[in-house]
Amino acid sequence: MNQRRRALLATAGGAGAFATLGLLAPGRARAAAWNKPGFEAKAAGDAIRNLGAANLTESKDIAITAPDIAENGAVVPVAVTSRIPNTQTISIIAEKNPFPLAATFDMANGAEGYASVRIKMGQTSNVRAVVKADGRFYTAVKEVKVTVGGCG
Amino acid sequence: MSEPMRIRANVQGDVADVRILMRHPMETGQRKDSKGEIIPVHFIQSVVVTHNGKPVLDAQWSQAVSRDPFLGLRVKGAKAGDKIAVTWTDNKGDKRTDEATVVAAS
Repeated sequence: MNQRRRALLATAGGAGAFATLGLLAPGRARAAAWNKPGFEAKAAGDAIRNLGAANLTESKDIAITAPDIAENGAVVPVAVTSRIPNTQTISIIAEKNPFPLAATFDMANGAEGYASVRIKMGQTSNVRAVVKADGRFYTAVKEVKVTVGGCG
Repeated sequence: MSEPMRIRANVQGDVADVRILMRHPMETGQRKDSKGEIIPVHFIQSVVVTHNGKPVLDAQWSQAVSRDPFLGLRVKGAKAGDKIAVTWTDNKGDKRTDEATVVAAS
């Protein structure tokens, strides 16, 4: 009896420690493990594959708000709005950056399919948004011309 | 010690427009200092935003996010007085949490 109680306590304590580390945290938008292979991919295609996206469907329901010409590549404002129902994640990929995947946003509990961020771009490139909704992947693209690169 | 974030959360209807400004160098690991030595990579990897304690956005970032990062999001079902809390964690394990109250848009 006593031993069983000890075992249970040990298990509970262990689970608690993991939750603190964000490894086993409950709920949908737990602090997801940082997508190391995705962020370290040097080609846009590899980065997209590491998001788990095999087939991308072009979608007109994704709007990318970014300047046509960015004079300063160190600060390029990029906002992505997805009108696709049940948008779960939005990723932003600057295709010609040394590491193309710039950011992934996981939505939960009423967050709308919208994220706005400022990124660095090394050179003129397509900025691609990849949206996951109901387990399927959608994409849209917008070219941003960069006058002075911001990665060096 | 890291500097506090600036968080604005304005609600219009039932959607809160949340704007967050963080203070962080966001070093890419590709820049060199005046001695020609590479400045080590140092950037925010994760940002978690909660609305009244419930997570609404979990962002994973690379070093391509600009210095002193800006993050904008929209939260449905929010009302004035609600709490928005933001926690970032960088690649050195440093963390910072700040909180703001949702206000009605004027």
